[in-house]
Amino acid sequence: MKQGNIKVALVGNPNAGKSTLFNALTGLRQKTGNFPGVTVEKKSGTFRIEGLESPITLVDLPGTYSVYPKSRDETVVMDILANPKHPDFPDVVIVVIDASNLQRNLLLFTEISDLGIPTVIALNMLDVAESMNLNVNAVQLAMQLHVPVARINARTGEGVVNLKEAVKQQLGATEKTELRYFYEPKGSEVELIEEVKEIYNLDNDYVALQYVCQHDNFSFLEQPARTKLDKLIDKYSFDENHFLASETVARYEKIKPIVSKAVKSAGPTQAPFWTRKLDSVLLHRVWGYVIFALVLLLVFQAIFAWATFFSDWLDVSAAQGIEWVKSAMPEGVLNDLITDGVLTGIAGIIVFVPQIAILFGLVSILEESGYMARVMVIMDKLMRRFGLNGRSVVPLISGVACAVPAIMTTRSISSRYERLLTILVTPLMSCSARLPIYTILIALVVPSTQVFGVFSVQGLVLFGLYFLGLVGALGSAWLLSIFIPRKEPSYFMLEMPSYKLPRWGHVGFSMYESVKSFVLEAGKVIMAISIIFWVLASYGPGDRMENAETQVVSRMNAASQEEIDAAVASARLENSYAGQFGHFIEPVIKPLGYDWKIGIALLASFAAREVFVGTMATIYSISGDSEDVPTVKQRLVQEKNPDTGGQMFTPAVCYSLLMFYVFAMMCMSTIAVVYRETHGWKWPLIQLAYLMVLAYASAFVTYQLLS
Amino acid sequence: MSARTVAKLRKGETGVIKSFSDRAMSLKLLEMGCVPGCEVRLDAIAPFGDPVCINVGGCYSLSLRLNEASVIELE
Repeated sequence: MKQGNIKVALVGNPNAGKSTLFNALTGLRQKTGNFPGVTVEKKSGTFRIEGLESPITLVDLPGTYSVYPKSRDETVVMDILANPKHPDFPDVVIVVIDASNLQRNLLLFTEISDLGIPTVIALNMLDVAESMNLNVNAVQLAMQLHVPVARINARTGEGVVNLKEAVKQQLGATEKTELRYFYEPKGSEVELIEEVKEIYNLDNDYVALQYVCQHDNFSFLEQPARTKLDKLIDKYSFDENHFLASETVARYEKIKPIVSKAVKSAGPTQAPFWTRKLDSVLLHRVWGYVIFALVLLLVFQAIFAWATFFSDWLDVSAAQGIEWVKSAMPEGVLNDLITDGVLTGIAGIIVFVPQIAILFGLVSILEESGYMARVMVIMDKLMRRFGLNGRSVVPLISGVACAVPAIMTTRSISSRYERLLTILVTPLMSCSARLPIYTILIALVVPSTQVFGVFSVQGLVLFGLYFLGLVGALGSAWLLSIFIPRKEPSYFMLEMPSYKLPRWGHVGFSMYESVKSFVLEAGKVIMAISIIFWVLASYGPGDRMENAETQVVSRMNAASQEEIDAAVASARLENSYAGQFGHFIEPVIKPLGYDWKIGIALLASFAAREVFVGTMATIYSISGDSEDVPTVKQRLVQEKNPDTGGQMFTPAVCYSLLMFYVFAMMCMSTIAVVYRETHGWKWPLIQLAYLMVLAYASAFVTYQLLS
Repeated sequence: MSARTVAKLRKGETGVIKSFSDRAMSLKLLEMGCVPGCEVRLDAIAPFGDPVCINVGGCYSLSLRLNEASVIELE
């Protein structure tokens, strides 16, 4: 028997219980990463089998209905299973089968089995099958399919010992038994297979067929090999679409008698009682939307009210921590770099952790329970009008917390085109980083009065901005769908899982994962930019900054130390590289009503939008607690426009800024994640450009109309 | 008269799959378990009439757009 470095892969249909089994087998000995060379999330872990010395590595492959991929994630499955040299190529494959839907689940099994890799069936969801009056005979199934079958309950961990035993049995099978193909090639397919097998030195018919059908997805094949295979396809006039359909039908022909022998029906089969009852309400033409609206309201309430409690606490603690470090370290450049650059950057990142954790916790509960699939159904027709898909709803909702993890959730959209459109418009959803900017600008220009006694006008304006973001997202999707040609038809086809109680472990894990991806993805960029901005703001050409400082000090000798410090900071910033840049871009932003000071804040907020408020505080030399909104507000009200002598922050300027921030893609991390998800600079740059044009144009129109 | 398809089913009505009128779509439908000879029942219709939810072979519930449902021809 093989010892050491044994690898096992988990394969199965979506919703068959693959992830639950993965958790049951590995427990906490798991980690997530990416599959080599592609950005598809890979979950791997280890488990032990009694009698085997070293632990076994378990890799969870993306859920799929067949070996022919329908989304980018699914291409990984065959990229590994058709390539014995792949570092994740398994010694044994566990195919997880949903017993309540045996026929469809066995399709994937027969395909995997034909690849010639030793296989074990984990027969899951027998309880569900029983509640549907289906009795599945595992022994009968094992005899018919010539494969070990272990009855398991992934949720309770029942039967896992037997599954391990079956894996061990397959590992111990030294003699390679003659493979019984479930699909037998017909006609010219036979010769084609023989030729491919000879060229690429393969010994399996079905792997050879995969070379023919899927070579463009195989990362291990070079371009010449792909061209050669294309030529072979022409030579044998192999019609791929026709072949795939007839292969699948032939497999079902084989499966059908097996299923009818193994499954005994104890009465009329029907969906579980609660699923039918809940569907009649949740898909209802009125109640469906009412309940969805209530769920959304709850989600917003959680992000904006409940999460604020934690965010504020983190904010205050972080500020105190930074103060402490500042006083504990000797004064100097290093102190400033660490406190004003690095630590301020980190603080700016962790403040958003509560919102992201809560939002993704809730989204995960909705997905786990089966409700999200219903939301996709009731939203599909609306989304389709804008070139999107019902599946786009999840990223758009998530975008309200942060576009970075939201864009990662688009991976579940199988159509590349609709996925791209969703990625391009998700940043238009007003993320939580925009909230501080909205808050301060609204406080400046909108009276804190109430209408109808209940709604505060400020609250209504805030709601309006979020709504504008949504309108912007849907409108842009519609416009983009006109300009970007659709190369493939749009599909919906979604399996409706039965309603289940969420598995809290999964919910916790999903919260952890999204926070991790935010901290690592967005965090890196925010951190780098805040250090760069610190350098730009702390140094200037020649000794301009020092000269400006001396001038201020000599001019203000009668003022208090605090006032002098604030004035010095402001004068230094004006003469720094950042200040120079602000002056440099002033002609461009003048038509929007902005001066060079706002220009600096715009530049700084490119790292992360929330930096805007802090930078404004520094530019306008606000001493003391510079993040304190009332203080910043008071100072901004006093600011005079040097040209007119009137107030600088007029309603026109404030609304223009609001419009700019609703639409602008002022976020490096989002650009970075779009680059990663679309594999190139083309789409992030197009996205940046169209959103900048949109932001500039709407800010321009707003300012010109109001001033 | 055009063929009877899943898109033309009324709520609660059943039919048996005969064939598919679109080849690219048929592969996806086959992989999702919609096999000729299999009985389907229209369980739910989303607000605004599209998509619809069908029960496939008594096993599970599948949601389809009307244009996808119209590909499935019934006996």
